[in-house]
Amino acid sequence: MQALTNRAKPVDRRPMTFMEKIYLPAIAKGMGITLKHIFQKKETVRYPEQKRPFSPVFRGLHVLNRDAEGRENCTACGLCAVACPAEAITMEAAERKPGEENLYREEKYAARYEINMLRCIFCGFCEEACPKDAIYLTETFAPAHYKREGFIYGKKDLLVPMPGEKK
Amino acid sequence: MQHVWIVLGVLFVFLNIAAGLIWVERRLLALWQDRLGPNRAGPLGLFIVLADTLKLFFKEDWIPPFADKWVFILAPTVVVASVLMGLAIIPFAPGIVVADLNVGLMFFLAMSSLGVYSIVLGGWASNNKYSLLGALRGASQMIAYEVFMGLSLMGVVMLSRSFNLTEIVAAQEKIWYVFLQPVGFIIFFIAGLAETHRLPFDIPEAESELIAGFHAEYSGMKFGMFFIGEYLGISLISAMTVTLFFGGWLGPAFLPPVVWFFLKTFLFIGLFILLRASLPRPRYDQLMAYGWKLLLPLVLANLLITGAVALWLKS
Repeated sequence: MQALTNRAKPVDRRPMTFMEKIYLPAIAKGMGITLKHIFQKKETVRYPEQKRPFSPVFRGLHVLNRDAEGRENCTACGLCAVACPAEAITMEAAERKPGEENLYREEKYAARYEINMLRCIFCGFCEEACPKDAIYLTETFAPAHYKREGFIYGKKDLLVPMPGEKK
Repeated sequence: MQHVWIVLGVLFVFLNIAAGLIWVERRLLALWQDRLGPNRAGPLGLFIVLADTLKLFFKEDWIPPFADKWVFILAPTVVVASVLMGLAIIPFAPGIVVADLNVGLMFFLAMSSLGVYSIVLGGWASNNKYSLLGALRGASQMIAYEVFMGLSLMGVVMLSRSFNLTEIVAAQEKIWYVFLQPVGFIIFFIAGLAETHRLPFDIPEAESELIAGFHAEYSGMKFGMFFIGEYLGISLISAMTVTLFFGGWLGPAFLPPVVWFFLKTFLFIGLFILLRASLPRPRYDQLMAYGWKLLLPLVLANLLITGAVALWLKS
């Protein structure tokens, strides 16, 4: 059969010589290579103290944004939930009452907004779908929990804190 | 009274070395694989030893209902006991030896071959096909490598004209036997590797084919005993290599003899771990072929030449 490329090399099937059968020279060589690795750079990242830099397009945990005056951007339009391929987002809309203008930017807001971090695949489609610049993916990732309920992030976990307020 | 202290000292030191090797091995392996290894618990991660031992003690100690209960319980103790017995005849420094037997070398060979009972009995009593296969492999490997472990040491015996380890060390005052018996040393070390079932000769437990082989059914401290037995075996073989071929406690006078002994021993323990880090596990038939077809003729030739030269020098 015609070879497709000229890169194929036939396997050397000659019987081993005595020196090869002893294996010791090859073993010594191998041990030398292993020893050299002491001086090589270690790949370990000592995690909590040392973090691997994320790429600028890294998609981590979501936040719900506020505008410059600290009002919630989200209007509970549901586009993110529709865009979500993993169906991780649930929300309930509510109407803004008079006197709440400093809390919500438009007449409608999300009374409940939940993302199930176990379902989420961090694709970032919600961020792309959002017409109000309300949802963003950050550079952190979800910490571990003991129970499944802990992975369902509600509004208090997602909303960015008010300026001057601590989370 | 001094004797009791020596016995307790040897027990204390070697059990601690065996435990400490958990840390040493993991750190060294990591270094050679471009990792850091356990470095969290305590200074340099040394408390991993404590954590590991505690974990082993508190694990469920399960005896399979289908196992042969008493043999199953006894098997792990055999390896530890026999290796500890082997340590009894090693002279650490002039006068510091538990039993200065005049057939010390024979005693060592006997004790190190007794260790295989632990594997055979453990594998048999587990009543599990993989364990049994591991036990079979262990037995045949032991038979093969025991032969030339003994033969490789006979060159040393010929040169020193003694089975007594103290005298063998004393006979190396002028020149270490590694220079007179290089083939004997290499073959003894290979046989020692096989004896302790360390990689590349760990075919009785071969994780990838036999899922831990003879100790597949063991858990808790019984598994720990196999583990400690293995590490004690490494220390024993290293100590024996040092005693027989590298002049035991002999060394320049600026360090005490015991320190020289343990320095050399640790070097060989390191070599054991380096071998583990570099070599793949041979196939079972390769192992047997290597033993019977290559090492046995070599060791016999070595014996013949050593004997001839010794006789020639004498006449």
